[in-house]
Amino acid sequence: MSGTNGFSVSGYGPERSAWARLIARDSLVRRLDWPMLLSSVALSLIGTALVYSATRNRTELNQGDPYYFLFRHVLNTGIGLALMVGTIWLGHRTLRTAVPILYGVSVFLVLLVLTPLGKTINGAHAWIVLGGGFSLQPSEFVKVTIILGMAMLLAARVDAGDKEYPDHRTVFQALCLAAVPIMIVMLMPDLGSVMVMAVIVLGVLLASGASNRWVFGLLGAGAAGAIAVWQLGVLDEYQINRFAAFANPALDPAGVGYNTNQARIAIGSGGLTGTGLFHGSQTTGRFVPEQQTDFVFTVAGEELGFLGAGFIIVLLGIVLWRACRIARETTELYGTIVAGGIIAWFAFQSFENIGMTLGIMPVAGLPLPFVSYGGSSMFAVWVAIGLLQSIRVQRPMSA
Amino acid sequence: MTNIPETGRTPRVQIRLVIMQILVLSLLFTLGGRLWYLQIRNGEEYAKEASGNHVQQVVQPAVRGSILDARGVPLADNETRLVVSASRTDLLKMKDDGEAVLTKLAGVLGMKPKDVMDKVRLCNAETPQPCWNGSPYQPIPITDEATPRQALQIRERSEDFPGIPAEPPAVRRYPGPGKANTAQVLGYLSPVTDEEIEKAKDSDSPYLRSDQVGRSGLERQYDKELRGKAGVTRYEVDNLGRVIGQAKPDEAEPGANLVTSIDARVQRVAEYELNEAMKEARKQFDDNTNENYKADSGAVVVMEAKTGRVVAMASNPTYDPNAWVGGISGKDYARLTGKDSNYPLLNRAIQGQAAPGSIFKVVPTAAAVKAGYSFDGRYDCSSSYSIGGQVFKNFESQSYGPISLGRALEVSCDTVFYRLSHQEWLKDGGMKPKKDAKDWFYKTAHEFGLGAETGIDLPNEVSGRIPDRQWKKDYWEANKDAWCKSGKKDGSYAEKIAYENCLEGNKLRAGDSVNYSIGQGDTLVTPIQMATIYAAISNGGTLYDPTVGKAIISPDGKQIQEIEPKSHGKLPISKKTRDEMDEALAGVATRGTAAWRFGGWPQDKIPMHAKTGTAEVYGKQTTSWFATYTKDYAVVMTISQGGTGSGASGPAVRKIYNALYGLDEDGKQDLKKALLPEPQKSLPKIEADGSIDAPKIETYDPPKDEQASEEGQPTTGDQQSPAATTPSPEASNRDTRRRSARRRGTGRRST
Repeated sequence: MSGTNGFSVSGYGPERSAWARLIARDSLVRRLDWPMLLSSVALSLIGTALVYSATRNRTELNQGDPYYFLFRHVLNTGIGLALMVGTIWLGHRTLRTAVPILYGVSVFLVLLVLTPLGKTINGAHAWIVLGGGFSLQPSEFVKVTIILGMAMLLAARVDAGDKEYPDHRTVFQALCLAAVPIMIVMLMPDLGSVMVMAVIVLGVLLASGASNRWVFGLLGAGAAGAIAVWQLGVLDEYQINRFAAFANPALDPAGVGYNTNQARIAIGSGGLTGTGLFHGSQTTGRFVPEQQTDFVFTVAGEELGFLGAGFIIVLLGIVLWRACRIARETTELYGTIVAGGIIAWFAFQSFENIGMTLGIMPVAGLPLPFVSYGGSSMFAVWVAIGLLQSIRVQRPMSA
Repeated sequence: MTNIPETGRTPRVQIRLVIMQILVLSLLFTLGGRLWYLQIRNGEEYAKEASGNHVQQVVQPAVRGSILDARGVPLADNETRLVVSASRTDLLKMKDDGEAVLTKLAGVLGMKPKDVMDKVRLCNAETPQPCWNGSPYQPIPITDEATPRQALQIRERSEDFPGIPAEPPAVRRYPGPGKANTAQVLGYLSPVTDEEIEKAKDSDSPYLRSDQVGRSGLERQYDKELRGKAGVTRYEVDNLGRVIGQAKPDEAEPGANLVTSIDARVQRVAEYELNEAMKEARKQFDDNTNENYKADSGAVVVMEAKTGRVVAMASNPTYDPNAWVGGISGKDYARLTGKDSNYPLLNRAIQGQAAPGSIFKVVPTAAAVKAGYSFDGRYDCSSSYSIGGQVFKNFESQSYGPISLGRALEVSCDTVFYRLSHQEWLKDGGMKPKKDAKDWFYKTAHEFGLGAETGIDLPNEVSGRIPDRQWKKDYWEANKDAWCKSGKKDGSYAEKIAYENCLEGNKLRAGDSVNYSIGQGDTLVTPIQMATIYAAISNGGTLYDPTVGKAIISPDGKQIQEIEPKSHGKLPISKKTRDEMDEALAGVATRGTAAWRFGGWPQDKIPMHAKTGTAEVYGKQTTSWFATYTKDYAVVMTISQGGTGSGASGPAVRKIYNALYGLDEDGKQDLKKALLPEPQKSLPKIEADGSIDAPKIETYDPPKDEQASEEGQPTTGDQQSPAATTPSPEASNRDTRRRSARRRGTGRRST
C-alpha cells in the first residue's frame, strides 16, 4: 500500500481537479482508515440513543427537556469530529513540535482542579466548571499529552537513527514527564484516571522498545504501590468500599454494591435481543445510577440485549484492531509509540468500563469511549482517532 | 501485508506490538464471554430479579396555596397541627426494631408504650386495630394533637428519637375573615379517589392517599395552581421490602397563592344583607298563596362593571366550609346534600336559574331598536293586550298611554313589549315561520350572552335558557310522549297545559312570544348572567367573562401571573341606544319602580341605575330580582319566592351600595367609612418568606337604627324603607298596591 507516488499531498504533484484529488488512489481521503472511522461514528450514534434513553425521563437532570442530553451528545460528537479533522489536517508530526506547549497547558489545567476552581462531581474532584452548564475534565486531555510527550522524548534519538532503542536516561525522563500529571490527578483524587494513565505509560513503554527491565520494573512498582496504598490508608474509605463491593456486592446491597448489583441485573435481564430501545424497566425505573455516563453500557445491555451490547464490543474491537495495524505498519517509532499509547488507553478504559458493569472489574468513574455522555472524554478520544488517522495517512514518510 | 520492517524496525517492538494486539483481543473476548454468561446463560434469572425490583415512593405533600381576597386577607389558608410520626424504615434499622425509642416516645406523649407500638405495626389479616394501613415507607402518624412542648422535646433531642419526625403539616382552614363566609365561591376539598391516584401515579406530582383535591368552587377551578408539587423520594426495595437504595429526592414545591377580586368586607355585607332580606321577606304575607313568603334561597353578585371582576358573590342557604376540613362527617354530609337540605352547596349566583321577569326588559328594548323601532317612538302602554281572546294584562293593569321605550323601561310597562314582540312574531310568519325569520327578540337575547355560560372561572356554571324556536322543538321532542299521555282537554290546569303542549308544543306560539318579551314563560337566567349584562350596559357595552381569580402569585411572591379580564362579546346596541337605556335605568332609580328604595340617594354624585323584576313561577311564589349599576359596580340580587324586586331585594342592595361608597341612610357620604369607593386595582404583596401583608378586617356593623327597629317591630315589613325612622306610608301603600297587582298578574298567566 505504500507506493512511491504517495507524496502528492505535499502539493508538488500534477494539477488535478478537486474531485479527482479527493477520490484519487493516493488521496488523503482514500488513505484514511475508514473501518476505524465508521466504527467510531457508529459508537457515538449508538451512544446518542442510549444517553437519550437513560435521560429522557429524568427531569431532575435534563431540566425538563427530554432532548437535553441527546442534543449535547450529538454536539459533543460534532465537535469531536471537527477536532479529529483538525488533528489530521495538522498532522501528528506538526503537532510533535507543539507537544511541549500542549503538555504544559494540560498540566496547568489539572493543577487548576486543585485550586478552588475545581469541583467535585460524583465523588471525583476532577472538574473545572465553566458555567452555562459546561464543565471540563482536564485529566482526559492529560491522557493525550502524556502519550505525545513521552513519544516525543522516547522516539527522538531512535527516529533520528542514533539508537536502536531509547536509552535508560531517556526512559527515565519520559517516566518523570508522565509522573507529574499523574501525581496531580492522584491528589484530586481521580483514581480511575490514574489507573488509565498508568496503563498508558505501560503501553507507551512497550511500544517504544524500552528495555524489558523498565517494563517489568514498572509492573512491579505498580503492584508494590497498590499494596502500599492499601496498607497505608491513602485511599478514602469509599474507594476501598468500591473494591470490596465489586468482589462481593451481596455483602452490602444498600451501599456501594448496589450500583454493581443493579447494573448486573439490568444487563442480565436484557437476554438475547433486549427489551427494546426505551423499554428497559431497569432503565426507566432509574435503578442504575450514572446511567448516561459511567453505566451507559447497562442501557445497551438491557434494551439492546446480547446482540446490541455485543455489537458495541465488536465496534470497539474494530477500532482497536485497526489501531494495532496502524501501530505495526508505521515506519517511524514516534507514530508507533503514539498508537501504542492510544491502544493501551482505549483498550483498558473500555475493558474497565464494561467490565465494571458486568461485575468483573471494580467500579471506577471512567467513561466508555465514544458512547458515554461527557464532552471532555469525547473530545479526547476523537483527537486520539485523529492522531491515529494522521499516522496512517503520513506513514510513507520515513525518517 | 508484510511485517518486514522497511525502516529497520527492531523485532523487539514488532513482537511487543503483536503481544499487545493479542492482549487487547483477549480482553474483548473476556467481555464478550462475560456478556454471554450474564445475558444468555443466566439471563432468565436476572430478568426475574429485575421484576422483583420495586420502587417505593414516599410522597411529601406540598403545602396548598392560600386563597386571598383583593387586599390579601386570607379566605382559605392552612393551619398547622403538630403531628408526631414514626418512620418504620428507620426504626427497623435499629437492633430492637425501635422498641426502645418508641417506649421513650410513649413517655413523652403520655401514652402507653403498647398503644404506640400497636399504631406502628402493619395491618394484616390477623392484626386487630389499631394498625397502620398505609404504605410502610410513609411516616406513620402517632398523634396529630401533640402539644408544642411535646413536639419541641422530640425535635430538640432528635438524636434520642431517631426516625421520629415531629412536624407541623398544613391542614386547610377557611378563616372566614370578618365573618365573610364565601363558602360556595371557595368550594371545598375532599379526599382523592383511587382512580385519581392511579391516574396520577406516574406523573410529576403523584397523589398521597391522604391528599385532598378541590371539588368545587375556586378550590377546584384553580386546583392545579394551588396544589403545588408533592415531593417524592424514591426508595428501591428488594423482594423482602428492605430499602436497598434511595434516589435523590425531588423536593416538594408549595402551591401558588390565588388572589381573588373578592373583598372580604363587601362579601360579608352581601352575605349579611342577603340573609337579612330573606329573613325579612319571610315575615311578609303573600296574598296570592295566603301564607308568608318562603324566601327559600337567594343570591347576590357584586361585580366591577369595567372588568367583570366579582367583588362579592353570596348564595343562600349557605354552610360553613370548615365542615369539610379533615374529612366530612356522615351527619354533616347528609345535612349539606340530603333531600331536606335545600342544597346549600349550590352556588345560586351561577347555578341557580329562574325567570328574570322585568329585569329582562333591557333585552327586548335592544331587540326592538334592532328590529327598527325608534327608541323615542310612541308605543301604547295600554292596560292590557289581547290576542285572539287571550288577554295579557299590564303589570298593574295600568295605562300610561303612548310612551317611549325608555319610559316603558322606567315604569316597567309590559304591554309595550307584548305588542312589539307579537308584531315581530307575526312578521316572522307566526305559527308557520318564514325561512328567513328574523327572530329579533331571540337573537338579541343570545347576543346578550343569555342561554350560554358567562365563562366565569368557577366550575359547573349553568347556562340558563332562551325559549326560541329551536329550543321549543328540542324540548317538545324530549317531552311529547309524557305530555300526550297525561294531557286532557278538559282536565286540570296542568293537564290542559300538557294537552296543548302535546298538540303544538313544538311551535312558538303567540302567547309564548308575549310571555317571553317580559322575561317570563320558559326563560331562565342566572344572577351572574344578569350582572354581566348590567355591567356591560354600565361600561359601554363590553360583556366580560366574570372572574373571581385576579392573579396567581408564587409562594415567594416573585412570580405574578395576572388573570386579565376577557370579553365574550359586545352588546348588540349602538352607543346612542346604550345612552338612552342608561338614562331610562337612571330614571327607574329616581322616578320609576325602584325610586322608593333610593330616597336620598346622591344621584348627582353617584348616578344609580336600576331595574326591578318580579318573576312568576307556576306553582310557586314570585321571584324577586333587582339589577343595578353605577359607573364602577353592578349589583344583582335575587330571592326565590321572596316577593317583589324592589320590595324584597331593594333595601339589601341599597345597603350594599351604602357600604361600598360609605353612605349613610340619608345619602351622606363619609369616604372613611367607604369600603371600596373605587374597585381595588393593586395586588396584595407577598413577601419572599411567604408572609402576606394583609390589612386587619373589621366585622360589618349593620346600621344601628335598623337593628333597633327590627327588634322593635318584628312583624311589620316596611321599616326598611329609605326614611327608616318613620315608615313611609307612601312606600307601604305602593307595596300593597303592587302586591294586589301581582295577583291579577297570576290570573293573567293562567289564561
